[in-house]
Amino acid sequence: MPPDAPENGSVSNPTHLSLKETFSGAIFETTEAYGEIGFVVDPAKIVEISSYLKHVQGFERLSSVTAVDWWPREPRFEIVYQLHSIRRNLRARLKIRVSAGTAVDSVTVVWRSANWYEREVFDLFGVTFANHPNLERIMMPMDFEGHPLRKDFPIHGYRYSYRDE
Amino acid sequence: MSFLQNQFEKNFLTTSVDYLFNWARKSSLWPLQFGLACCAIEMIASTTSRFDIARFGAEVFRPSPRQSDLMIVAGTVTLKMGPVLRRIYEQMPEPKWVISMGACSSVGGPFNTYSVLQGVDKIVPVDVYVTGCPPRPENLFYALLKLQEKIDATPHLVRKPTHVRLEEAMLEDFKRRIMVAQTPEPAPALVTLG
Repeated sequence: MPPDAPENGSVSNPTHLSLKETFSGAIFETTEAYGEIGFVVDPAKIVEISSYLKHVQGFERLSSVTAVDWWPREPRFEIVYQLHSIRRNLRARLKIRVSAGTAVDSVTVVWRSANWYEREVFDLFGVTFANHPNLERIMMPMDFEGHPLRKDFPIHGYRYSYRDE
Repeated sequence: MSFLQNQFEKNFLTTSVDYLFNWARKSSLWPLQFGLACCAIEMIASTTSRFDIARFGAEVFRPSPRQSDLMIVAGTVTLKMGPVLRRIYEQMPEPKWVISMGACSSVGGPFNTYSVLQGVDKIVPVDVYVTGCPPRPENLFYALLKLQEKIDATPHLVRKPTHVRLEEAMLEDFKRRIMVAQTPEPAPALVTLG
């Protein structure tokens, strides 16, 4: 690691400090590396924190929502929100960790662009989002079974195998 | 006085209807662009002046299936794309032919996975398969020449040559595979293509 990348847990950044003051107890980890800041936060507070980051800290753009499956670790899913502030020319990474079967509050009320991203995460990882306006599959066929980007998904799927051919 | 008068006195030739029709069909194949992946780039490249598919009379790529008689399936066919491909094939007027271009559309290529159709011949009848990943334009031309040979060798004039080759067993097999894809435990023995 280059010398200019600080260790994880640095709280030198003003956004980190203000977030820690506002949501004490809901911020589990903070990181800062290569000019990008990151947080791991409480899944129950995701909408409040998103709203704060958008309206107070100026992260008006949600550039991506994705997920990581850390199976068999628990909680297995890590939902990653990539934020971008055009005004401040700054990017931030917001993460929450949830178990399978736990519904995550949708952030479509804060950023409307989260709609399709959350559908994608639901389709491929099987994470459900509460209060989502239209939570259905976006990539796989509607009658598909299973969530193919889960680490325990068999490569041929649950319903069909080409191995006999 | 009609303009046709005295026009047939000098020039005539004797041939068979089969030969004439086959010659017409093979010499101006109008391909349907069905580019799905990187093979499509080679298919597009084959129309450029460097390779020039027009030398074989097949340069008129049509965006509409209703105007084309040759479907070049170039690329990976996913299970979601399968029904769309079949529907577009059905929209093409007879007579029609299919070239399966590349490893993916022929046998699934490297994608032996939950989302990829293992060969386009499971849903439409294929006349010529092209190997390669992706095939160079020369490979596509060779397939085109092979197809022209095949059309030329059509023994008798059939109104719908495709129907001769598209057996009911293939349709049943297609339906069965779709059903298989929706049952939790697939049947051990599948119907093999005739």
